Amino acid sequence: MNVKYMYSLLAVIALFLLAYLGVEAAGLELLFGIIIPYVAVAAFVAGVVYRVMGWARSAVPFRIPSTCGQQKSLPWIKPNKFDNPFTPGAVVVRMILEVCCFRSLFRNTRNFIQEGKIAYQLEIWLWVAALAFHYAFLTVIVRHMRLFTEPVPALIKLVETVDSFFRFEILTDTIRVGVPGLYMSGLVLLAAVAFLFIRRIVIPHVKYISLPADFFPLFLIFGIAFTGILMRYFSKVNIRAAKELTLGLVSFHPTIPQGIGVVFYVHLFFVCILLAYFPFSKLMHMGGVFLSPTRNLPGNSRAVRHVNPWNYPVEVHTYEEYEEEFREKMIEAGLPVEKE
Amino acid sequence: MKLDKLLSQHKNVLIKRWFDEVVRTYPVDTASFLKQQKDPFANPVGNTTLKGLEALFDVLITGMDREAVNSFLDPIIRIRALQDFTPSHATSFILFLKQAIRETLVKEFHDPDVITAFMNFESRIDDLCLMAFDIYVKCREKIYQLQANEMRNTTFSAFQRAGLVKDVPDEDVPGLRLLTPPKNGICNV
Amino acid sequence: MSDFPKPDQLLSDIDRKPPQMDWMDTPVTIRKGMYCYAANPKSVEYTHLPFPHQWNPLDEDWKLPENWQEILHEGFKVRLERFRSFKLFMDICVRCGACADKCHFFIGTGDPKNMPVLRAELLRSVYRNDFTAAGKILGRLAGARPLTMEVLKELWYYFFQCTECRRCSIFCPYGIDTAEITMMARELFNLIGLNIDWIATPVANCYRTGNHLGIQPHAFKDMLEFFMDDLEEITGVRVEPNFNKKGADILFITPSGDVFADPGTYTCMGYLLLFHYLKEEYGLDVTWSTYASEGGNFGSFTSHEMMKRLNSKMYAEAKRLGVKWILGGECGHMWRVINQYMDTMNGPADFLEEPVSPITGTKFENAKSTKMVHLSEFTADLIKHGKLNLDPSRNDNLILTYHDSCNPARGMGMFDEPRYVIQNVANNFYDMPPNTIREQTFCCGSGSGLNAGENMELRLTGGLPRANAVKYVHEKYGVNMLATICAIDRAALPTLMDYWVPGVGVTGVTEMVANALILPGEGERTTNLRGEPLPGMEDE
Repeated sequence: MNVKYMYSLLAVIALFLLAYLGVEAAGLELLFGIIIPYVAVAAFVAGVVYRVMGWARSAVPFRIPSTCGQQKSLPWIKPNKFDNPFTPGAVVVRMILEVCCFRSLFRNTRNFIQEGKIAYQLEIWLWVAALAFHYAFLTVIVRHMRLFTEPVPALIKLVETVDSFFRFEILTDTIRVGVPGLYMSGLVLLAAVAFLFIRRIVIPHVKYISLPADFFPLFLIFGIAFTGILMRYFSKVNIRAAKELTLGLVSFHPTIPQGIGVVFYVHLFFVCILLAYFPFSKLMHMGGVFLSPTRNLPGNSRAVRHVNPWNYPVEVHTYEEYEEEFREKMIEAGLPVEKE
Repeated sequence: MKLDKLLSQHKNVLIKRWFDEVVRTYPVDTASFLKQQKDPFANPVGNTTLKGLEALFDVLITGMDREAVNSFLDPIIRIRALQDFTPSHATSFILFLKQAIRETLVKEFHDPDVITAFMNFESRIDDLCLMAFDIYVKCREKIYQLQANEMRNTTFSAFQRAGLVKDVPDEDVPGLRLLTPPKNGICNV
Repeated sequence: MSDFPKPDQLLSDIDRKPPQMDWMDTPVTIRKGMYCYAANPKSVEYTHLPFPHQWNPLDEDWKLPENWQEILHEGFKVRLERFRSFKLFMDICVRCGACADKCHFFIGTGDPKNMPVLRAELLRSVYRNDFTAAGKILGRLAGARPLTMEVLKELWYYFFQCTECRRCSIFCPYGIDTAEITMMARELFNLIGLNIDWIATPVANCYRTGNHLGIQPHAFKDMLEFFMDDLEEITGVRVEPNFNKKGADILFITPSGDVFADPGTYTCMGYLLLFHYLKEEYGLDVTWSTYASEGGNFGSFTSHEMMKRLNSKMYAEAKRLGVKWILGGECGHMWRVINQYMDTMNGPADFLEEPVSPITGTKFENAKSTKMVHLSEFTADLIKHGKLNLDPSRNDNLILTYHDSCNPARGMGMFDEPRYVIQNVANNFYDMPPNTIREQTFCCGSGSGLNAGENMELRLTGGLPRANAVKYVHEKYGVNMLATICAIDRAALPTLMDYWVPGVGVTGVTEMVANALILPGEGERTTNLRGEPLPGMEDE
C-alpha cells in the first residue's frame, strides 16, 4: 500500500465527512457557507501575494535563459526568434507559448521515427492531459463566474454555450440524461485528473518521485469535480438559492438561503480548502512560471548589459602581482613587461 | 531438433522474459524506463541490451561463432562493466535465459529428447556466460588503461614543460616509447 | 571452515534485485569510480576559500567545522535572497517527471537519484525542512528532511554527478534548471571546504599563473613555439604570434587545455595558422596573453564569486593592452560565462570598442556590450565573405560529425555558425540524430570539472548517450572524426570514443579550418596538422 497517496486520500475523505456532517448533522451552514469561504479567499489572496512578493524580493543577478534555438548573431544566419528570444517582444511570445501551449513540455514528445513508424511515446499523453486539465479547469472557473455576476456577462454565457455544445439528451419517461446540457469541461477535468493520478501510481519513476503533496491536490480537485457533477446531473441542488448565497458573498451581504442541499456545501468546502492550500503548495507553479529566469529573459546578454543589484567587488590577482612573481622569467623569455 | 523448433516458435516470449529479467537487475523505476523508452538514442542501455539478447538468442540456436558472439555480447557487457554491478551481477544475466526457457517450455519437458537437447543447450548458455566474463574483464582492463593513459599524458606533458624530457634518438629505445603521448588523439592501446 | 559462507548466504549475496524503498530511505554508498578526490587543502587555501582541510569522501568523518549545519543554513538563506532562480526552483517543481529520463547520467548509470527531478529533490527536501512552514510542521509528509551528515554525503555525491549541461531544463515546463541548483549546492559545499581537487587545483593555478595547469609565462610561450616549429615543418611557413602586445587589434583568449593536451594542441596550431593568415593577407594584429591565458573558468564550478575573480582577468588584460575587442577560442563553459555572466560581473567594458571585423566590416551586433566575439562567429563571417582561401579536399580523408557542446548550445544558442564553418572546410559531414544534437545535445559526461581520472566509470557511463549517437553515424556513414568547440570535449571525448566507438577521433573546428587553409607562400603540404598524410599523399 502506498503511504504517500493513502495519507492524501484519507485527508480528502476526512474533509468530505467534516463538511457533510458539519452541515447535515450539526447545521453549521453559517460556518461552511460564509465564514470558511471568506477565510479561504483571504488566505488565498494574502498567501499568493506573500509568495509572489517573496520571489520578487529575491534578486535576478544574471540573465540565464535556457537557449533552445539558434542565437541571433550574423545577419545571414536565421535566428530562432522564440526559442532563443533576443528582444523583450520575442520573450513575451515565448512566455505565451510556455503558458498557453506548454511549449517545453511538448518538446518532450517531439520524437523521431523508428524503423519507419513513430515510436510509442507515453510522454505525449502527459502534455495532452496537462493541457486538457488546465483548460478544462479554466473553463470551469469561467463558467462559475455566472454565480458571482448579475446580470451574467455575454462572454460567460458564450463559454457556457460552447462548453455544453454537445448535448446528449435521452428523454424518456424514466431517464432524463442531457437536461441540462452536458458540460464537456467537467468530464474532461475529471478524466484528466484521473489520468494524472493513474500516471503517478503506474509509471514507476513518476511514482518514485511523487510526494503526498502531489496526490493531495489531485484528490481534492477530483472531489470538487465529482461533487460538481453530482450536483448538476444527479442530486439536483437549488441553483437559485446557491446563487443567492454566492452573490451575497461577493456583495458582502452574506445570507444563508434555505434548501440548497448538502452536496453544495461539500463542494464549496473543497473549493475553499483548495484556495487556502494553494499558496502554500506546489500549485504556486501557476505564478512561478511567469517569473522563471530561464524563460522570461531575453538571450541578449552580450548585446545588452544586465545589472546585478548585489554585485560586489572581489579579491582578484592583478597583472602587477603576476608580473611581480614572474618578471625575471618573462624577461628571459622575451615577453614584454611593464617594469624592467 | 525438436527443441530448436520449440525455441524458435517461442522466440518472442522467451526473449521478452529474458529481457525482463535482465532489466530487473536495475532499480524498479529505472527498469520501467529501460523497457518503455523505445528510442535507441534516448535509451541506449535498454535498446542495446534488447538488441544484443535477440542476436544472442539466434546465435545460441544456429551455432556459436566466437566472433559473432563477441560482437553481440560486447555492447551489453561494455555497459554493465561500468554500472553499479559486481562482476557476477554484470555477467550472470546470461543464465537468466535458462529459467526463462524452463518456465516457458515446462510442458514440453516430458519428452526425453527435449530434455537431452536442453541440457546441451544449457551448456552452450554456460559457455556464453564464460565468454561474457572474458569480455567483462577486458572492459575493466580497458577502463584502467584509459585512466592510466590520461594520467600518463598529463604527467608527460608536465615533465616536458619542465624540460625534463630529452628527445628520444631515432633508434628505438625499448621502454621509452611508452612515454610518447598518442599523436592522433586516439589512444590505440 | 566456519568462515566459509553457506550456500544460501552466498545466494543472498548475489540477489540481483535492487531493494524497493523510498528514495529517502535508500542510503548513499559512495562508489569508487563515481566520485572525484577531495581537494588539496593548499589549493583551497591559496585562493582564500573557506575551511581548507584534508578529508576523504570514503571516510566516515569528513572533518567538518563544528557548526557546519549552521553555516549551510545561513548560506542557503543568503542564496535564496540573492538568486530568484534558486528560490523559485526550490518552490515550483510539480514533479511531473518530464525531465526524469533526459539526464545522460541517469540514462547511463540507471541510478534513480540521477533523475534531474530527484537530484533537485535531494536539496529541496532540506529547503522544505529549513525554510517552509509545511515542511516544518508536516516533516516527511511534506517531503522534508533535516540536513544530517548522511544527507550531506548524498548531496555531495550526486551534485558532483551533474555536469551542469542544462539538458533537463529545456524540457521543464517551468524552466527549472538543474545546472543552477547544482551551482548553488556546490557553493554550499565550498562554504565548508568540501571541494574536489579537479576543480580546486585548476582554480588555484588559474588564479596564480593565468591558466589551469600552472604553466608559467615563459613555458606558455615555449609551448606555442613548439607548435610553431611543427607548423613550419608541415607548411613551410614560420608563424610569429604576438604575446602580451600592447596596441594589438584583438586579444585572443582560449582555454589552456588547447595549449597542452592532445588533440586540443592541434586546434591551437589551427588558431596560430589562422591568425598568421589574417596578418599576412589583411594585416590583422592579434595578441595572446600569458596573464589571461585561460578561457575556461573552473571558478564557475566553485561559486559565482570565484567565477568572477577568475573572469576579471579578461577585461583587465584587454584594458592593459589597449586592444579594440576580445576574440574567444573554442570552449564550452568559458562561453557560458562570457555570454551570460562576464559583462554583468566585470563590465561594463566601456574601454573597448564595439566589435567590428576589420576584414569584412561586419558589426557583431550581438556582442556590442560584452565586446567579445566567438571564433566560430568570426570565422563563419570570414568564410561567408570569401576572405579565406580554402581547399576542403585536404580534409577528404575525414568523415565528420559535430558534437554541440552543452554550454554554447543551451547557454548561448550557437548551432549554425560552427556547422557552416565545417561544411566549408570539409566535404564530408553528417549530423547525428536530431534528438541528440543542437539544443537536445548530450553532454560528454565530463563537464563542470568532472573530467578527472578517478571518476572514470562516471564519465564513461555519462558519456554513453553521446557515444551511442556517434556510434550510429560511425556505422551508418563511416564517420571517423568528431568535431567540437569545447576544450573539455577535446580532453574527454577521445577517452570516451576509445571505450565506446574505437576508430573515431576528436578535433576542434579550427583544426579543420587550418588543414584547409591555403597560406600565402606555403610549400606543398603532404600532411595535416597531426602529421598524418593528406588524402592522395599517402605514398609521399
